[in-house]
Amino acid sequence: MMKKKEAVPVRARIAITNFFVHVCLAVLSVIWLFPIFWVILTSFRGEKGSYMSTFFPKTYTVNNYIKLFTETSVLNFPRMFTNTLIIAVCSCIISTFFVLAVSYCMSRLKFRARKPFMNVALVLKLFPAFMSMIAVYYILKAMGLSEGAMIRVALILVYSGGAGIEFYIAKGFFDTIPKVLDEAAFLDGATKFQVFTKITVPLSKPIIVYTIITTFIAPWVDFIFARVICRANADYYTVALGLWKMLEKEYIDNWYTAFAAGSVCISIPIAILFVITQRFYSSGMSGAVKG
Amino acid sequence: MGKRKKRVNEFASPYTIGNAVKKGDLITKLSMLFMGAGNIAHGQIVKGFLFLIIEINYILFMFQNGLHNLEMLPSLGTQAQQEIWNEKKGIYEYIAGDNSLLILLYGVLTLSITAGFVLLWVASLRSAYKAEVLSKTGKHISSFKDDIKDLFNQNLHILLMTPPVMGILLFTILPLIFMITMAFTNYSKYDDHLVLFDWVGLANFAKVLSFHDSIGQTFWSVLAWTIIWAIFATGLNYVLGMILAIVINRKDTKLKGLWRFCFVLSIAIPQFVSLLIMRTMLQPEGAVNTMLKNIGLIDTALPFFTNTMWARVTVIVINLWIGIPYTLMQVTGILQNIPGELYESARVDGANVFDIFFKITLPYMLFVTTPYLIMQFTGNVNNFNVIYLLSQGHPTPVGSTAGKTDLLITWLYKLTIDQQYFNLGAVIGIMTFTVLAIIAIVTYRNTGSYKDEEGFQ
Repeated sequence: MMKKKEAVPVRARIAITNFFVHVCLAVLSVIWLFPIFWVILTSFRGEKGSYMSTFFPKTYTVNNYIKLFTETSVLNFPRMFTNTLIIAVCSCIISTFFVLAVSYCMSRLKFRARKPFMNVALVLKLFPAFMSMIAVYYILKAMGLSEGAMIRVALILVYSGGAGIEFYIAKGFFDTIPKVLDEAAFLDGATKFQVFTKITVPLSKPIIVYTIITTFIAPWVDFIFARVICRANADYYTVALGLWKMLEKEYIDNWYTAFAAGSVCISIPIAILFVITQRFYSSGMSGAVKG
Repeated sequence: MGKRKKRVNEFASPYTIGNAVKKGDLITKLSMLFMGAGNIAHGQIVKGFLFLIIEINYILFMFQNGLHNLEMLPSLGTQAQQEIWNEKKGIYEYIAGDNSLLILLYGVLTLSITAGFVLLWVASLRSAYKAEVLSKTGKHISSFKDDIKDLFNQNLHILLMTPPVMGILLFTILPLIFMITMAFTNYSKYDDHLVLFDWVGLANFAKVLSFHDSIGQTFWSVLAWTIIWAIFATGLNYVLGMILAIVINRKDTKLKGLWRFCFVLSIAIPQFVSLLIMRTMLQPEGAVNTMLKNIGLIDTALPFFTNTMWARVTVIVINLWIGIPYTLMQVTGILQNIPGELYESARVDGANVFDIFFKITLPYMLFVTTPYLIMQFTGNVNNFNVIYLLSQGHPTPVGSTAGKTDLLITWLYKLTIDQQYFNLGAVIGIMTFTVLAIIAIVTYRNTGSYKDEEGFQ
């Protein structure tokens, strides 16, 4: 803005760039939202079956939802929903604690086993998870967790047990929190535990939210471990397993639209969670240390 | 006494087992046999008894089950289930045979418990020696209360790390060891070895790695595709996701929250739902082909999952739909962590958008997210969902166990779950690991965030 003559073209250029950026974002958003839109359309579709010749349904109905929650004799969706919710809440609490605890230790505490642990964790993550799937089942069986209501406990353990390994992202975040804050607290006589709970954790909302979201989602979307652990115990099926079942050959014609309805239903709690937690991303860490 | 070693490394301690054995007094040496004796003698009653109780439990376990488990391990059981005709009742009666799988599992379990016990034994001996030295030099021996207090300060890592590490041991490491041992057996449906199986050494590895065996040839082609897939999936997701995040993060972009929400919403839909829906949409008679035909752009259906090249491009493109929001979520938090002063001073110096991106944003992001990138790469090599739900590995040549879009991981799944070649599955798991380990360790050790964790402080 040295010369007044250039001011207008610069502003115009900025306006054009902004327009272009927003159009691009809008187009991309449509692409990203398209499958979601399609699921919602399908969930209200009147015609049965998985294929159709037109994009928009010919008739609309809410019977798919009613069927999902009332026809509980073949596939008991409400029970699956409760099962998954219990498992997801418990495993997300445990996992988040594990991840934060390990990340803090890796980022801030100095002890003998630190570097070896980081290397071991990195190595462990390289093994494909299914490789040990069958072994996990037998271990749970040996612990007496493979039958009846204990299946829920088994699934919680499966989803949260090894969570401590997933510390890299949170550690990277903790590393960016200035150490000056910790040192100031130590001078005031705080213990390391207090620094962890009173300084690091409150400053780490974005990464905590990230951890909570990812660990909460795991039980909703996993059907492979659930299939191995639940086997034929349909009473303890999770939502993912139930929805997967709806797409099997003997159910798909009757249940495809109900499957879409079910997908909409399970996405709602997760979507709500996103809305609530979005604001943590906006402010982030800026302003943790002023001056 | 009181002689201190010069500190060679940061964590060296004078209370080693060597010193305990050489210089310890009678009580300390007694602790080798009765764990906790030294602690009890020097007033650390609770700690001492805890050690003792653990020792008693271990010995009881070993005599009840452990020794038997170890004894069976070399043979993996020999007794097959037998069927005997019972004349009186007129029925067949079954005599339970050995189950090699359980023998192997319990054997591995016993070995792990023993390893854990040895570690505790070392800890107890060192603790006993430390108590002895402290009492001789007249220093304060920490009481149980002090120990608890220390857990919240100097020893916070023990408090925080123990539960997660126990979880990792039980649900990650132990099963892994168990499965690795399986690679050295003939546990498969081939020759009916599903109940009783034996150790076969490296035979399975030879089979998978050979160029002449059909399994071996499949392995090499699947491996090549897996690596191509991982490079494309990781690189494109990272670069495009970061550009998107930066565009949304721009000062002049309006409705930041809305855009982020639109993209992140796709994560809210479980992957298997969106992928299965895309699969139905991309079928020959699915929504996409129907629409294109209606518009008149094509006459015959596009071969999304029937032509090798089409299938491969399709899975990579659809993986972008899955992956970019994750990159966006991950990167946004860190982008906001870049100190604003860096940008301001760059702007004052007259840097343009590209300068700022290449000189400030990208180095900072690479610094913080290299571990994340490596994890993405390994995650993609092990990306089961996208392949299995989308293309199921198809197109599959006749007679092959793996399709053209199968990754090592989906092939592993097919081999173990569908076809019950558990031993070959385990070998492929180990090979996957080997490939990843080489790539990851080399790159990870050369990154800034490993060498210099405080570089950006």
